[in-house]
Amino acid sequence: MIQDSGMARHALWRLLGLIPTLLMLITVAFFLMRVAPGGPFDTEKLLPDDIEANLNARYHLDEPLLQQYFRYLGQVAVFDFGPSIQYKDWTVNELIRQGMPVSLTIGVAAMVLAFIFGTLLGITAALRQNTRADYALMGVAMLGISIPNFVVAPILILLLAVYAGWLPAGGWDWSIASMVLPVVTLSLPVTAYIARLTRGSMIEVMHSNFIRSARAKGLPESVVIRRHALRPALLPVISFLGPATAGMISGSVIIERIFSIPGLGSYFVQGALNRDYTLVMGVVIFYGVLIILLNFLVDMIYAWLNPRVRYDKKR
Amino acid sequence: MTKSADIPVIDPFEAALGVTDVKGRSPWQDAWHRLLKNRAAVYSAFIMAAMFLMVVFGPMLISWEPDYTDWDYTSSPPSLASGHWFGTDAVGRDILVRTLEGGRISLMVGLVATIVSLLIGVSYGATAGYFGGAADRIMMRIVDIIYALPFMFFVILLMVVFGRHILLIFVAIGAINWLDMARIVRGQTLSLKNTEFVEAAKACGVGDWDIIRRHITPNLLGVVIVYVTLTIPQVILVESFLSFLGLGVQEPMSSWGALVSDGAQDMESAPWTLIVPSVFLTVTLYCFNYIGDGLRDALDPKDHL
Repeated sequence: MIQDSGMARHALWRLLGLIPTLLMLITVAFFLMRVAPGGPFDTEKLLPDDIEANLNARYHLDEPLLQQYFRYLGQVAVFDFGPSIQYKDWTVNELIRQGMPVSLTIGVAAMVLAFIFGTLLGITAALRQNTRADYALMGVAMLGISIPNFVVAPILILLLAVYAGWLPAGGWDWSIASMVLPVVTLSLPVTAYIARLTRGSMIEVMHSNFIRSARAKGLPESVVIRRHALRPALLPVISFLGPATAGMISGSVIIERIFSIPGLGSYFVQGALNRDYTLVMGVVIFYGVLIILLNFLVDMIYAWLNPRVRYDKKR
Repeated sequence: MTKSADIPVIDPFEAALGVTDVKGRSPWQDAWHRLLKNRAAVYSAFIMAAMFLMVVFGPMLISWEPDYTDWDYTSSPPSLASGHWFGTDAVGRDILVRTLEGGRISLMVGLVATIVSLLIGVSYGATAGYFGGAADRIMMRIVDIIYALPFMFFVILLMVVFGRHILLIFVAIGAINWLDMARIVRGQTLSLKNTEFVEAAKACGVGDWDIIRRHITPNLLGVVIVYVTLTIPQVILVESFLSFLGLGVQEPMSSWGALVSDGAQDMESAPWTLIVPSVFLTVTLYCFNYIGDGLRDALDPKDHL
């Protein structure tokens, strides 16, 4: 198919375009950490010079900066982030492998929740445009966007964990109960945003000519909505999923801290505070790659869903 | 808005009848009327005005100093009798005064960092859009690249690397938040630069930079106003986020994020220390979002259905 080869070429082109972004990500993260005042081995007790020299040699901190940079680039190219400076005996890869499943579980669960509830609420509001139900839903959605995660989390803990005692206040043991609060908190702002987005685009679609044609054909309203309106109405939501993921990842830093969850975000904050160069860069690069790839994926899904965006030249 | 009353009188017959009070309205006046019809936005504007007044003058009117520790009333609940209307924290500091003081920092960060992002974004976007071609492609490619970076992580890195100075918070947040502004301004500039009045200015021999400054930028005002109102709450949120993690402003200075963080520590014994700053922060973000929404609807009537 001509269309598909156009798509494939476009996909390849976009993938190549990711390389400068990745290089920039690694470069900025690397040099930022290196210009930081204070080294990773600063402790209250001054280390003897030869021990410090040995440590520096172990982590290649004694080499010229450019040499360190290129050594690091070479390592990252084969997905080796080196040993962690603070957690001795651990490599950054091991730490990421340890934290990732937890963070990923929360993130994916929150995203699925946000997508389902956000679109449902948005469509509900759109079909009752300018009624009380619509205003109420959108008022609540605006509140969801406005209340920060770190306000919602303590209040939910206070109400549902401390006062009611229904759910644990924190911790992580892979039980559903320990997942409920963090996942719900993380998904709230995204749910609210998706609801607003869906409402807007749904209203626009319902006013368009092809919907009028579908109704004129005598199709029942439910079929008009499901078969004709839904797909174009969800397009803006699809393109929002990329930024939403980025937002969720930074939100998870706070969530993991509040609920004391041993995910990647906690490692990141801990590493940043301890100047654990290798760990911090590992997490930043890992998340950066994740966000970049997801954005790429979202673009492709968007093109696939939207017949107006096709990447072949012969129309 | 094409009601008959809005169309200026051009009919000599009508003029002869003496109907002279019918005047045309400028687009700005139209926008203003649309904005006033949006009740949520108007109420929000009033609440924000009250909030600004409280935050600026409140601490002068309340007799407690923000760092005064009242040992007779530690962790005391809100009461009129003790004089601590919104209670005190674990070391006896008045919550209301601390919240208002924190509000000064939060709102100031919101305004200053937004101005930083405004200056960078408008000049960058207008330049890229006006010159177009290769310059535009390269400049926007750079924006795309930065856009894909995990923004929050870089702010955290910046704070860790350069220490937690308040000036740095302004710059760090502003320097990262200008991307959206640049994109929007560029798009607007692209459509503006082919208009007749720009052509006329060129024909008169006006230089490129003067055209950007005198003819393009003023016409970007509508979009920029909308975007500024929506950036302020974002920036306040980022600052609170950092302060909550302990990476924002430092003691004795305080901000809403730092106060919420403190309050979350003591919430079991003294929930008001969490609730009071949370309410102030949330109300502010809520109102700014509504004002921004209202302004967008008013200034960009395309979306009206």
